[in-house]
Amino acid sequence: MKALPPNSLPVLLTPTRPALEPLPAFTTFVQSRALAIILVGGFILSCGISAALSAGATQPQPSILDVLLKWAPLIGGGFLFNIAVSIASMAIGTLSGVLLGLGQISPSRPIAKISWFLTQFFRNSPWLVLLFFVMFLLPFELKLGSLTLPLPAWFKAIIGLALPVMANVAEIVRGGIKSIPFSQWESAESLAFSRRQILWQIILPQAFKRMIPPWMNLYAILTMATTLISVVGIQDSMTLTKAALVAEGRLDLYLPFYTMLLLMFFAYCYPIARLTQSLERRVAVKF
Amino acid sequence: MMEPIARWFKWLSSTHGLNYSVFFDNYDQTLFLKGLQTTIFLSLACIFLSIMVGLIGAWLQGSRLRAARIGTAMFVQFFRNTPPLVQLAFFYYAVSSLLPTLTDQFGAQAPIINNLGWAIISFSLFAGAFNIEIFRSGIEAVPTAMTEAAESLGYTRFQIYRIVVVPIAFRICLPSLGNNLVNLVKTTTLAYAIGVPELLYASAQIWSEAMNVREMMVLLLITYVALVAVLVGLMQRWERSLRIPGYIA
Amino acid sequence: MLGQPLIEIDHVEKSFHNTVVLRDISMKITKGECACIIGPSGSGKSTLLRCINALVPVSRGSIIVDGIQVNDPNLDKLALRRKVGIVFQQYNLFPHKTAIQNIAMAPINVLGRPKEESYERARQLLAKVKLSEKADAYPGELSGGQQQRVAIARSLAMNPLVMLFDEVTAALDPETKKEVLFTIRDLAAEGMTCILVTHEMGFASEVADHVYFTDGGMIVESGTPTDIFKAAQNDRTRAFLSQVL
Repeated sequence: MKALPPNSLPVLLTPTRPALEPLPAFTTFVQSRALAIILVGGFILSCGISAALSAGATQPQPSILDVLLKWAPLIGGGFLFNIAVSIASMAIGTLSGVLLGLGQISPSRPIAKISWFLTQFFRNSPWLVLLFFVMFLLPFELKLGSLTLPLPAWFKAIIGLALPVMANVAEIVRGGIKSIPFSQWESAESLAFSRRQILWQIILPQAFKRMIPPWMNLYAILTMATTLISVVGIQDSMTLTKAALVAEGRLDLYLPFYTMLLLMFFAYCYPIARLTQSLERRVAVKF
Repeated sequence: MMEPIARWFKWLSSTHGLNYSVFFDNYDQTLFLKGLQTTIFLSLACIFLSIMVGLIGAWLQGSRLRAARIGTAMFVQFFRNTPPLVQLAFFYYAVSSLLPTLTDQFGAQAPIINNLGWAIISFSLFAGAFNIEIFRSGIEAVPTAMTEAAESLGYTRFQIYRIVVVPIAFRICLPSLGNNLVNLVKTTTLAYAIGVPELLYASAQIWSEAMNVREMMVLLLITYVALVAVLVGLMQRWERSLRIPGYIA
Repeated sequence: MLGQPLIEIDHVEKSFHNTVVLRDISMKITKGECACIIGPSGSGKSTLLRCINALVPVSRGSIIVDGIQVNDPNLDKLALRRKVGIVFQQYNLFPHKTAIQNIAMAPINVLGRPKEESYERARQLLAKVKLSEKADAYPGELSGGQQQRVAIARSLAMNPLVMLFDEVTAALDPETKKEVLFTIRDLAAEGMTCILVTHEMGFASEVADHVYFTDGGMIVESGTPTDIFKAAQNDRTRAFLSQVL
């Protein structure tokens, strides 16, 4: 059987042990066609169900589609905010995660141990709990000498989401480095490369390609997790959807509105998943 | 036995201001333990149901009916690529608004499925979508040579599946399945958003009254990491007990 | 060499998509005969064995094994496979069962034999392939040659009329190869009908009653080992033999 590349499953927790082959899923069927089917089909279905159920309404009321269109720009704006948060968290999480991942293979034992512990701790904690943790425990402003920096809630939320991202990136980096055969280290060492040179010139360039698919996978997971900020009171697409539903006060709107929100995320995350898969396959062929 | 522990935490609270009320306050303790119980129940129910979803889905994906395969594939892609929190809201607010209500013993209207029920359904489908993929790729990873050998010995298709494919595929799946189940346990915290009194919700109730956010946060994180550690330990033990000497999957 | 042939292959053709793998193959194999099929890689030898066992359907022609029409669409595969055992190049033992379980399980599950009897028979077969002490070892704990001998015992447990060997020593090192070849030689000597696809020319000339040389999906030449190895008529046969001998 073939060697199993690490980190190929899209889980909030990146696997410690080798996971299965990159899933070559649905080659028979899912192309962009499927995306269109799910998007349009799901939408029409939910509108249809709701319309059928509200058909008996006594008072004349605006059609579901009109109401949706009225709110769509606002909710769409909220969705863009989710994307912005995901990009910021990913950037912070990736930078700190690379450091933490390299720390795990540090020749200094204490650094390696601490990095390992931090990685495990943040990887195995629920994202929502970590978000609460940061929201409540970071001060609302930061004093640096005479300088006072305010820490707005959205900024804390970005940090809160960056923590689990950091731990998962650290694991991706460590896994990527570990996946390069030890003989590469040995042969480079025999050519009198220094440790730093081996890492940066020989190991990381090879490992980099393998880290990209799980990293993208993590980004898709993070994007979906940004909705958690609505739970801690930050206005995002989820909050706005709820607000719109409260403002309209119509039961028949719940299904179309939540379907719309689900489909916004699907339209963003599904192409990423497809791209990840094709990259995974290409990486798998090369090695 | 609990008495000295309670006394020590009380002392810690009065001298150092570290208020771990859960260890000495009866009310808070009950709340916390009930929350823990709910989280464990929620996790176990979802683990069981998501594995069922995974098995049924993997079976449907091997079906000869094109419609069954496409339907399963769409289900998997949809649940994998949308936020679990929105899925939960979708079920709890949108789907439940379509269902009829029951009249309870006090004459009030009550939904057929309560928030805990929806959390179980929602998370089971979410994790189940991942399980379908895990089981399917496990089955695909069984070498065809193995099924061919069984075929040449005269086994029927169903026998080959039961005696050869499933036992081997299951061993191949187990690490990925473990990861997904750990993930599922962490995902149960989302039930907080619809007011299911699980561990996070119970803790929030405690800290909003006892004003001990910092302490409760630490306790929460440790509890979850411990829960995950127990599950990982169990999965590893299971893996070990199923390990075949000399066989590298 | 007289009597009704046990296996009768008549003008068999096989193609996968547009690639023709077997073209017009005919052979007759009588009871107790040991036939060796030799030839360059990709000449369709393995496919022919798979066709005899109905693992692969033929495109045209007919195969009859002890009165069973293999190319019949309503073929009772179970009945056929009771008569025909096959051993593969890659052993293909079930990795999650011990050696003795591998041998005993098909008689229990497929033939519905009692457990005790099947295990008793499995023990005898293990002794026959000289692996009694490995009864409780898993395939992963055995060497390639040992696994292959278990695989032979597993097929014998079904009491087949004929055994097919598909390059069974190709994946083995020279030492372990010998153990397996001895096992097959003993079987042939006991009168088991055998069809071997092999690259071991020395072995073929020693045990075979009949040698078939195939190339490009056709039987180019056939005859006794002496005919083929000492006095081949066809240029392709001679070219091939000069390369391998």
